[in-house]
Amino acid sequence: MSKPRTLFDKIWQSHLVDVQDDGTCLIYIDRHLVHEVTSPQAFEGLRAAGRKVRCPERTLAVADHNVPTTDRSLGIADEESRIQVQTLDDNCAEFGVEYLRMDDVRQGVVHIVGPEQGFTLPGATIVCGDSHTSTHGAFGALAFGIGTSEVEHVLATQTLLQSPARNMRVTVNGTLSAGVSAKDVALAIIGRLGTAGGTGYVIEYAGPVIRALSMEGRMTVCNMTIEAGARAGMIAPDGTTFAYLRGRPRTPKGAAWELAQANWRMLSTDEGAVFDREIVLDGAEIEPQVTWGTSPEDVAPIGSHVPDPAKEPDEGKRRAMERALDYMGLAPGTPLAGIAIDRVFIGSCTNGRIEDLRAAAAVVQGRKVAEGVNALVVPGSGLVKEQAESEGLDAIFLEAGFEWREPGCSMCLAMNADRLEPGERCASTSNRNFEGRQGRGGRTHLVSPEMAAAAAIAGRLVDVRKLV
Amino acid sequence: MQTFTTLTGIAAPLPMINVDTDMIIPKQFLKTIKRTGLGRNLFDEMRYDANGVEKPDFVLNRPAYRGAQVLIAGANFGCGSSREHAPWAILDFGIRCIIAPGFADIFYNNCFKNGILPVKLPQEQVDRLMAAAERGAGATVTVDLEHQEIRGPDGERVSFDVDPFRKRCLMEGLDDIGLTLRKDAAIRAFEQRHAHEHPWL
Repeated sequence: MSKPRTLFDKIWQSHLVDVQDDGTCLIYIDRHLVHEVTSPQAFEGLRAAGRKVRCPERTLAVADHNVPTTDRSLGIADEESRIQVQTLDDNCAEFGVEYLRMDDVRQGVVHIVGPEQGFTLPGATIVCGDSHTSTHGAFGALAFGIGTSEVEHVLATQTLLQSPARNMRVTVNGTLSAGVSAKDVALAIIGRLGTAGGTGYVIEYAGPVIRALSMEGRMTVCNMTIEAGARAGMIAPDGTTFAYLRGRPRTPKGAAWELAQANWRMLSTDEGAVFDREIVLDGAEIEPQVTWGTSPEDVAPIGSHVPDPAKEPDEGKRRAMERALDYMGLAPGTPLAGIAIDRVFIGSCTNGRIEDLRAAAAVVQGRKVAEGVNALVVPGSGLVKEQAESEGLDAIFLEAGFEWREPGCSMCLAMNADRLEPGERCASTSNRNFEGRQGRGGRTHLVSPEMAAAAAIAGRLVDVRKLV
Repeated sequence: MQTFTTLTGIAAPLPMINVDTDMIIPKQFLKTIKRTGLGRNLFDEMRYDANGVEKPDFVLNRPAYRGAQVLIAGANFGCGSSREHAPWAILDFGIRCIIAPGFADIFYNNCFKNGILPVKLPQEQVDRLMAAAERGAGATVTVDLEHQEIRGPDGERVSFDVDPFRKRCLMEGLDDIGLTLRKDAAIRAFEQRHAHEHPWL
């Protein structure tokens, strides 16, 4: 009998091209997603060295960070953004890479587009010059973010130089209570691990709560893995995975589908495989979460209070807390529920999928956005937008006073025109509450789509379970 | 890539944990299609006020540290986005070495690709180097990659670990794409096997 292996071990070993004497591994990359922000210098490097894209058919490009979420018929107003998107257009044409243009209904946030198109498959290695590539691990793929030099390396060689990661398993037992979503699970895990707790690890998520999640929910959990410092999160594929993938444009068809599915069923951690670290959470204890500071680890249940830095024994952490509370304009001991907000953002690669919009719309239906609050819904892709509109979700949001926009990264990182003004406070379904992330001086509270919707209605952070 | 062998320079103290890549280079500077010119906006929101005027208290604006070549920081430096603009900005400013108790994985990788040496040291040793760096311009440190040693301003010596392959690439300024392309036969052999075993990929 061979040694029991984890899901990560299996995919890693099946992609090893070469192992150097010093232990550095060359691994093969099956799928490469490309966007406009982290690719121009990589294509320029290829051009300077006279190199080609080795496997254009393994590469898919889409512009998402800079695209406007308002009327696109006029193009992009911001000159630098326009040039960056145009550069991606030109590079894809020159190097023969498939590119979903801004006016293509399939365009959207790269991590929403990949799974939608069936580009993301179980057992594959997937990279993108974007830290939230961890999202694709929801399908039992090994997916991680890389820098631009590595983007160039993959374009030129279809491989990457890597060192093996350590294995961590996060098991979430029991069931979730009503009003608690995948985002709350992700935030609770980050609260437990800390923002550097996953450094050097690949995390496999397991347990009944994870199994019960839809693909959308699983993608939310894997997406946030990078916020715990781990580059990749993974969930073994199962019937939920196969049902999502079947019939998508780039998934195998017919006999190839049967063959693939038989292989994918073996993609799970062997009984007795050893993890370097194990974490166990009880799903029943997870409450709706909200961040109070400027790191995703600064998170607490909505029923609790802003913590007191004076009670933090570690000097480095205490200073970070003091800085965060000063930036956020919050005093220790303030109840989180009741903090008034100015803006609401529903969208991003974390929570811009159809299920997220349905969950938010269910809270919003028949209600109105509080006076003085500006609330934005940005579907993750053109196909999500189309689906939502066919279900009448756009009408629910619009009647309540939300804005209904075109797909893109939008106010998750505010590279386009959507951003917070200094001092504005936002309930956001995105992934990072860093200083200035949503606009210089902007104050971000990370929450689930349900909680963001509830905040829009109440005009303040509120427990969605108590919204009457 | 610029080689890295031995560096002697001023070390700037940045005693903060979780310095994220949004802090290192905010998103409005990611719209460039070049690798150069980002040094002016390194730590932009900490370094300048809303009108673009330098904040005199920020470490890299203080006269003693304007020419710093080494940065000493708190745990989990470089967390967040994968943007290589972060090491590009650091390099463009003139910093070639960062010393911290820990780094985020992607940022750590990105440094090596750009001739920057990230050094992980235990918290106590970082604290001592940080205290020495607080003394200002006279407190230079020497970072010796070949001997994997840092020599502080008072003659103290601290050794550090570094992956041997990455060390060689830095010391020789190697182009790792060129190195990988030499393994083309192995890549082709893998592709054949892979196509047979996983035809749907």
